[in-house]
Amino acid sequence: MAFEALQDIISACEQMKKAFWEVVLEDDMTEREVSKENSMAQMRYTWNAMLQSASGYDRTLQSKSGLVGGDGAKMEDYYREKGTESLCGEYVDSVIAGALQMGESNACMKRIVAAPTAGACGVLPAVLVPYFQKRRCPEERILEALYVAAGIGQVIATRASISGAAGGCQAEIGSASAMAAGALVHLQGGDMQQIIQAAGIALKNLLGLVCDPVAGLVEVPCVKRNVIGAVNAMSSADMAMAGITSRIPPDQVIDAMKEIGDRMDVSFRETAQGGLAGTAAGMEIAERVLGRQ
Amino acid sequence: MNLFDILGPVMVGPSSSHTAGAVRIGNLALKLLQERPVKADIVLHGSFATTGNGHGTDRALIAGLLGMQPDDMRIPDSFQLAEEQGLDYTFTNKTLKDAHPNTAVLTLTGENGKTMEVQAASIGGGRVEIHKLDGVDAFFSAEKPTLIIYNLDRCGSVSDVASVLSLNHINIANMHLYRSKKGGFAVMVIEMDQGISKYAVQLLEGLDGIQKVVYLNTEE
Repeated sequence: MAFEALQDIISACEQMKKAFWEVVLEDDMTEREVSKENSMAQMRYTWNAMLQSASGYDRTLQSKSGLVGGDGAKMEDYYREKGTESLCGEYVDSVIAGALQMGESNACMKRIVAAPTAGACGVLPAVLVPYFQKRRCPEERILEALYVAAGIGQVIATRASISGAAGGCQAEIGSASAMAAGALVHLQGGDMQQIIQAAGIALKNLLGLVCDPVAGLVEVPCVKRNVIGAVNAMSSADMAMAGITSRIPPDQVIDAMKEIGDRMDVSFRETAQGGLAGTAAGMEIAERVLGRQ
Repeated sequence: MNLFDILGPVMVGPSSSHTAGAVRIGNLALKLLQERPVKADIVLHGSFATTGNGHGTDRALIAGLLGMQPDDMRIPDSFQLAEEQGLDYTFTNKTLKDAHPNTAVLTLTGENGKTMEVQAASIGGGRVEIHKLDGVDAFFSAEKPTLIIYNLDRCGSVSDVASVLSLNHINIANMHLYRSKKGGFAVMVIEMDQGISKYAVQLLEGLDGIQKVVYLNTEE
């Protein structure tokens, strides 16, 4: 049975004297009746699929609607040219480029890993791939971080939702960002309290975000929202590493996300009616794209 | 949701419901037909009809009919592959009564003349449900090993089937009966805790009044 609260994972860690990621791994072994090797192999397969999608980015691709494509390439060219001169610096710029590229690959029917959804597939790889490649982090550590991320995601899915149609974008990009923040804290050597604090802070920052895709496609604003999810995960992880905590306990932040999702008007929940989808430009695009069928 | 529903599936984008789910629907329909389809007339309803084109729902359904899984990189090229493999297809947008927003109805003809009509919905996260078989209500997800048994609506059919399963030590998790009309044709949908052998399927096929047995096991 998946954990119903982040605090339950912490209690299990304390009781079993195990790390956050190990408790999540053991829960998977019990839940799916698999061995440790089997679960780790599945996680390695998932990680390799993320790496492959990241390296398989095609800078010439455009989505069928013509709305997205090429921005990830622009961002990559920009940071290669500017280096440390840019506002965010080369490392964060590479995270931004990674998030854009994965979002674009998804929109262009390339293979990706839904994490937790296809629309939010860019957040985790955007922060993990540069960490793995530029910081020369061992694969084992990345796999541990993915268990941390998945454990956080499971609690959010159980307690609230990870679907844009049910809870808006906060449930997709917000959840992905909370998962990524916890994963980064683990990689940086933070403890289990810092992991859940980072997740709480990340989710809190994206509360209320609506799902308003233009023409109903996973393109505008979804691709760029992956960037905010990734960068927010980094700043939240750094805050947690600095000892900053969320004044509202992380489980209660998840409950707030659920309440906001439940009360969110249906026009802001993946129906392509409100928000950006409902703007004059959004409607015009929808007419053009859907009229093409 | 298990851990790899959160980190996963590994899939071709852009949408778990409109793309990955659509591949699964095509794939289930292929298994239900039990032979290679040569013709597919597909009706798209609701959000599948309005945003399906931009999500590649059409190509995903055809990919599933060709036997591909949601992570198959050839999904975007499925129309061309269908042509090469001799699968004719048509798509029509239509509003269906009381159907889930992401619904497709596939009317299939196989290479040896078998026919099948499947109505299925993509319910989110790549998960799918069959809602109708040949126009008769039949709800199942095929996430567990599932038997779909077409039989004549007469007394004794259920007990005959149940005894074959019990003799083979199969525990029934869920069982539902659906029929077109009294005395017409009926569909039994049986979800089981364990997989079932080919031999047991043959025993079921040999029972009196049984017209067709389809066995789905996504683990195999």
